Amino acid sequence: MPDRETHLIRVVNRDQSFKCAEDQVLLVAMERMSTDAISVGCRGGGCGVCKIRILQGDYECKRMSKAHISEEEMQQGFVLACRVFPRTDLDIESDHYQAPESSYQIEAARMVAG
Amino acid sequence: MRKGVMRPGHIQIRVLDVEEALKHYRDLLGLIEVERDSQGRAYLKGWTEVDKFSVVLREADAPGLDFVGYKVLDNQTLEKLHGELVEYGCNVEEIPAGELNGCGRRIRFDSPTGHMFEIFAEKEQTGKWGLSPVNPEAWPRGLTGMKATRFDHCLLYGPNIAGTLDLFQKVLGFELAEQVLDPEGTRIAQFLTVGMKAHDVAFIECPDPGKLHHVSFFLDTWEDVLRAADLISMEDVSLDIGPTRHGLTHGKTIYFFDPSGNRSEVFCGGDYHYPDHEPVTWKAEDLGKAIFYHDRVLNDRFLTVLT
Ligand code: FES
Ligand SMILES: [Fe+2]
Repeated sequence: MPDRETHLIRVVNRDQSFKCAEDQVLLVAMERMSTDAISVGCRGGGCGVCKIRILQGDYECKRMSKAHISEEEMQQGFVLACRVFPRTDLDIESDHYQAPESSYQIEAARMVAG
Repeated sequence: MRKGVMRPGHIQIRVLDVEEALKHYRDLLGLIEVERDSQGRAYLKGWTEVDKFSVVLREADAPGLDFVGYKVLDNQTLEKLHGELVEYGCNVEEIPAGELNGCGRRIRFDSPTGHMFEIFAEKEQTGKWGLSPVNPEAWPRGLTGMKATRFDHCLLYGPNIAGTLDLFQKVLGFELAEQVLDPEGTRIAQFLTVGMKAHDVAFIECPDPGKLHHVSFFLDTWEDVLRAADLISMEDVSLDIGPTRHGLTHGKTIYFFDPSGNRSEVFCGGDYHYPDHEPVTWKAEDLGKAIFYHDRVLNDRFLTVLT
């Protein structure tokens, strides 16, 4: 589908960029381009792992978990990348998800990683 | 000691959009859509389940788990356990019959891990879907998607799993079938059963209370799990990991996500448990193999992606 309008997504904190079509969500477009500029979780707006901040540009959003994006955060441009469709080129900042700290499972994961 | 809790009865899951969720739970997993209630909640069940429903989807602004309900033998058992839950110190609430269509009175209680549970004795029995109770055929025609047979168990994350284990063992009569212990002997994961299954509910220690890791549905064969994986690709569904085998319980499995980010599992096989069995232990150092028996490496997503 070469005539779909695509936009350039610049991930400023990672110095990476990828293209995303208007009918695609940012996270899926990023995965298709095999980049890792945004962390991938559930891809459904539920887990918060793909939380980013949009610094510049227009976009539309599907419903996102309120547990991860409050009304106020939404005003400030925080979104879940798996729920965002670009309408213009975007400048974004990734890595806004904070995992619960000092959890047993993260310790366990470290043990496995050696 | 068993206390008259029979089996997992139902689970109410929050979703961001009920219609989208139905495409997942009905069309992809192949659960039977039973009905919608006046609140807009959707009721579903696996085709082998005799009770009217086992999965309830509620639209909300954050996905995750509302509650899990267990069916007990009879009203006398319900009353007895009600008293014991109060005595144990749980916050207990009575939900009147009919609050869920076709379900009798429920006793709802909280837990140290921050999850809400319920017990109930009565639910309308509509029988296995599409089969006669007399001379039943092997399976009904007209099933869709993965043809999930039943809601089997869920894995929940929260703090103080030792506290929830104590509650489930002492008051509800669950048994510890499998566990993961760290080098200090602290339990970081526990798999509990009220019957012969390797697990009816499982918990992993995590600082965030009340978290849902996955809701699991049973399939008959490994071939069915591979077919489920094909459907996940065909439908471009968000895949987590699999098909693979667990070390814990030894089930053969695949994980994927519903459209609101709640994790689903379909699996087959697995170990069995009798009341005289000692818990099976996996070492936390080998958590990779315990969870993904073939890869023997944990992926971060399995540990941190929750709703
Ligand atoms: S990946 Fe889970 S919210 Fe986006
Ligand atoms: Fe499971």
